[in-house]
Amino acid sequence: MANLFEHIGMEKERLQFSWISSAEAGKFTNVATEVANTIEALGPIDKFVKKTD
Amino acid sequence: MDSLTQKIREIASNILKEGRVDMVIGFAKGTIPMTTKPYMARTPEQVENFIWDKNCTLNLANYITGRKEKIGIIAKGCDSRNIVNHIVENKISRDQLYIIGVPCSGMADKHNPDELRDNCATCTHRNPVIFDVMAAEPVEEQKIDDPFADVKAVEAMDKDAKWSYFEGLLQNCIRCYACRNACPLCYCPTCFVDESGPQWVGKGQNKTDIQTFHFLRAFHCAGRCTDCGACEAACPMDIHVRAFTRKLNKDSLELFGWEAGLDITKRPPLDTFNPDDPNDFIK
Ligand code: SF4
Ligand code: SF4
Repeated sequence: MANLFEHIGMEKERLQFSWISSAEAGKFTNVATEVANTIEALGPIDKFVKKTD
Repeated sequence: MDSLTQKIREIASNILKEGRVDMVIGFAKGTIPMTTKPYMARTPEQVENFIWDKNCTLNLANYITGRKEKIGIIAKGCDSRNIVNHIVENKISRDQLYIIGVPCSGMADKHNPDELRDNCATCTHRNPVIFDVMAAEPVEEQKIDDPFADVKAVEAMDKDAKWSYFEGLLQNCIRCYACRNACPLCYCPTCFVDESGPQWVGKGQNKTDIQTFHFLRAFHCAGRCTDCGACEAACPMDIHVRAFTRKLNKDSLELFGWEAGLDITKRPPLDTFNPDDPNDFIK
């Protein structure tokens, strides 16, 4: 899916996967921060956005 | 009359007479020149309508989904691979089918009858992979150095160029869904684009809705598409629908060593778990 994302010109990093157990609070916060940071760095998406006007 | 056509009619008529099948699915002449249409013969007389030429571009596996009868079906390489898919996905059982294999030397391009159509030019499975009888001797398979050169060209673009390429590709789509209806993989009773509760995609001609339809439909075909070209044969607007599925076909081959529809004993890669599956995308 991420590969097809990239293929049509969207940033692959917008789609991230992780496997976290309910006991891994530390990992959860780390992954969440990392996801938030990557997305923030990419900025708002300008493709594949439905404009209703 | 072409000897292949003759042979097909002969086999079809015999299996109908012997009562081995209730009907035979093949191609008949279309209503305009250089076209064919799928045709179901239920009596030995109707068999006379079958033809075989360079314009048998649809995929007949599309017409066996969920059928209960005993069916004879004419299958070129790609049809046979979609028949395998159908058997693996429990859409028909092997013993309901009598497969008349037809070695194929490629179908003609719809605008350029002297040339092979795009998907046939890079096809490496011209001979049926499953059959009960062959209508002719197998043909030599093509050796293609780089079957995915077109996909690689897109991969080499930067992200804005990719986006404008795909935007351009879909700008004429009228959303008639002929591509989906012609595709043997698209057999869901209610397609996600037709759902109304929840409504996943808008119904109109909004550009993003059209893109969503194509993007998701392609993904539903991942690891299943045989590059048969039926979608493009059916499209009235000449949209290069396979631009999406070919990327997935290339990924399936590279990530899982998989080409769809070659073996009725194997499940498709996205349907199975294997400890060696690439998983470096999971953090
Ligand atoms: S057949 Fe062509 S025009 Fe119709 S929905 Fe598919 S791509 Fe669009
Ligand atoms: S999506 Fe693939 S399997 Fe379906 S019609 Fe198109 S080429 Fe054939």
